[in-house]
Amino acid sequence: MNEIIKVEVFSENVVKLVVKAPRIARSRKPGHFIILRIDEHGERIPLTIAGADEKAGTITLVAQKVGVTSTKLCEMKPGDQILDLVGPLGKATHIEKVGTVLACGGGVGVAPLLPIVEGFKKAGNRVVTILAARSKDLIILEDEIRQWSDEVIIMTDDGSYGRKGLVTAGAEEVIRREQVDECIAIGPAVMMKFTSLLTKKYEIPTQASLNAIMVDGTGMCGACRVSVGGQTRFTCVDGPEFDAHQIDFDELMLRLGCYREEEKEAFERYHQSVNA
Amino acid sequence: MQEYLKQQREQAWRVELRGKIKNKERGEIQRVKMPEMNPSERVCYQNREVNLGLTVEQAVKEAQRCMDCVNPTCIEGCPVSINIPKFVKNIERGEFIEAAKTLKETSALPAVCGRVCPQEKQCEASCFYTLKLKKVPVAIGYLERFAADFERESGQMTVPETAPKNGMKVAAIGSGPASLAFAGDMIKLGYEVTVFEALHEIGGVLKYGIPEFRLPNKIVDVELSNLEKMGVRFERNFIVGRTASFDDLKAEGYQAFFVASGAGLPRFMNIPGENYNGILSSNEYLTRVNLMNASDPDFDTPVLRGKNVAVIGGGNTAMDSVRTAKRLGAERAMIIYRRSREEMPARVEEIHHAEEEGIEFINLTNPTEYFADDKGRVNRMRVQRMELGEPDASGRRRPVVIEGSEYDIPVDVVVVAVGVSPNPLVPSELPQLKVSRWGTIEVDAETMQSSMPELFAGGDIVRGGATVILAMGDGRRAAAGMHNYLQGN
Repeated sequence: MNEIIKVEVFSENVVKLVVKAPRIARSRKPGHFIILRIDEHGERIPLTIAGADEKAGTITLVAQKVGVTSTKLCEMKPGDQILDLVGPLGKATHIEKVGTVLACGGGVGVAPLLPIVEGFKKAGNRVVTILAARSKDLIILEDEIRQWSDEVIIMTDDGSYGRKGLVTAGAEEVIRREQVDECIAIGPAVMMKFTSLLTKKYEIPTQASLNAIMVDGTGMCGACRVSVGGQTRFTCVDGPEFDAHQIDFDELMLRLGCYREEEKEAFERYHQSVNA
Repeated sequence: MQEYLKQQREQAWRVELRGKIKNKERGEIQRVKMPEMNPSERVCYQNREVNLGLTVEQAVKEAQRCMDCVNPTCIEGCPVSINIPKFVKNIERGEFIEAAKTLKETSALPAVCGRVCPQEKQCEASCFYTLKLKKVPVAIGYLERFAADFERESGQMTVPETAPKNGMKVAAIGSGPASLAFAGDMIKLGYEVTVFEALHEIGGVLKYGIPEFRLPNKIVDVELSNLEKMGVRFERNFIVGRTASFDDLKAEGYQAFFVASGAGLPRFMNIPGENYNGILSSNEYLTRVNLMNASDPDFDTPVLRGKNVAVIGGGNTAMDSVRTAKRLGAERAMIIYRRSREEMPARVEEIHHAEEEGIEFINLTNPTEYFADDKGRVNRMRVQRMELGEPDASGRRRPVVIEGSEYDIPVDVVVVAVGVSPNPLVPSELPQLKVSRWGTIEVDAETMQSSMPELFAGGDIVRGGATVILAMGDGRRAAAGMHNYLQGN
């Protein structure tokens, strides 16, 4: 049951987990996510599926330590079990041959981007991928992304790897240089917001994969609701991908901070219990 | 059926019991009062049951009120047709375990139904006392709960008998009351039954919706383990149509499906500011507290607490939410309802309990807009006063806006409990399935069979938001319908 088969540490705070989940490995498509609960006292959190091996019956998840649950997850070892794992959830990415696709991934957003990049490449598109992060050690899955991209541009905030600057600088250079038919952006909300503003200027159709707060992930609570084109949509069943030019990113960012104080308190409690 | 009831009524012990007390005397006994936890104490505990249950003496006395009618109309008022006089008379003669067995002949969840059924609209509404004597009915719900609780606490739980296995596999989708009733009947008929549930816990609304102070989860668990002992298999974290397709399951040998995926999709009012932080659906609020134990700091799921909590709506979900808010420490816990108290769909008992607990009822009032602080957290709601106009299609008087009556109420948490829509997950995987324009699955009312012959459906996915016991009645009818279909009749 949901056994962790392999753990790969990308950096101090980012870990790749290969988890046994044969049914999900078989039925998942790019863009799908899962909900997991680590233990009896755990909360349910969503994570996008970064890849799957149908033969081995495993899926790949990438987690970054930000709070109690993700920290616990990052500290799991091969042989440990994740108590509950359900999926695949959400709508799969709409993939077809459009010409040139610009894929922008920020931080751990590169993990869910990987199967989408692979999908677009296999559908016969030219794929240019921009990997962006704060610094070199936060750039992940570079080799895997290169395997499915015609070109990869790396951007770091501090210039410690690739070029210095934000994802938008790399994206704008590509857009000015060549015809881009579609853009997909996955990463922190603020990164998706500015990528979206950029592509709107150039009228390039853009999809963003939203990371709203979720509880059940099956449409029954509305915790993950976002405004898209002035209408309320549920990220878990209507998304997670939406037309980025229609998304109210400011509202999304406010909603992501809804439990900030509770999260902080829980994290402090967790640290105390670990140190005790 | 009538014959069978008559036969049982003529059994020697029933005849003897009827002879013991004159009907006139029975009619003069006062209806029992349910012992309850004190309101000021119970609001301090999220997880203590308000109703404490009848004592043996109270139960026997109440059972004596039942006149064991020739024509027991009460049974017609019960969606799962419990043999009410038989179990009540067993209580009167002190055979409590026999009473519990009688319940389990037709109900998979008696301890649950005794607690959450709106008896005043069902069995008790068609009791002889109500219909003919214009007196308060026999407390059938309290007695049902008494018998089920007595059996559980006696440690002598019996498992109903099941027919020999017939080698056929069927699946139930969703694990709420409809599915559990379906599974109970199908396993008795000899089928191999698997219940698939998307969440990590079995029970549907019984677990994530109805709070502990009304229905303790451990009571639900005992009834679930009873089904498990009968042979029902439960698969958690499994979304039929996603985790595996219907075709995958057919290939694994499932010959028919019962879809009871409920009406879990919350409705919002689509008024300005509704997406501010602090405004959430009752489903989210109750799921966090009931399923995820968010009120307990040992659990990782957080819940928003507020000083001024407004709950929008007048149904059971609204009552559950507002009483939960009170228990989470709200100074002011308010019901905002657009009609008057008489039109509230919530159970009378729950409205009464809410009032005792200091819930404020702001009736004939509707929100029109929300306002927030600079962090996006709601801090104020604008409402308008309503008055009742002509009756609408549902027979209830339609609320009409009083122009110029707007005013503001300070709030820091708002729970929206204005109804739910059918869950689209299953229908969206089956394009050939016939659904109504509201998204409910269309079925034959008798057999519960859908436009796809091997697929049956029941509960809220067919009715929209309804009650636990109506869902269970659907589950029983679907089991009978599917049995007929699979046996080639």
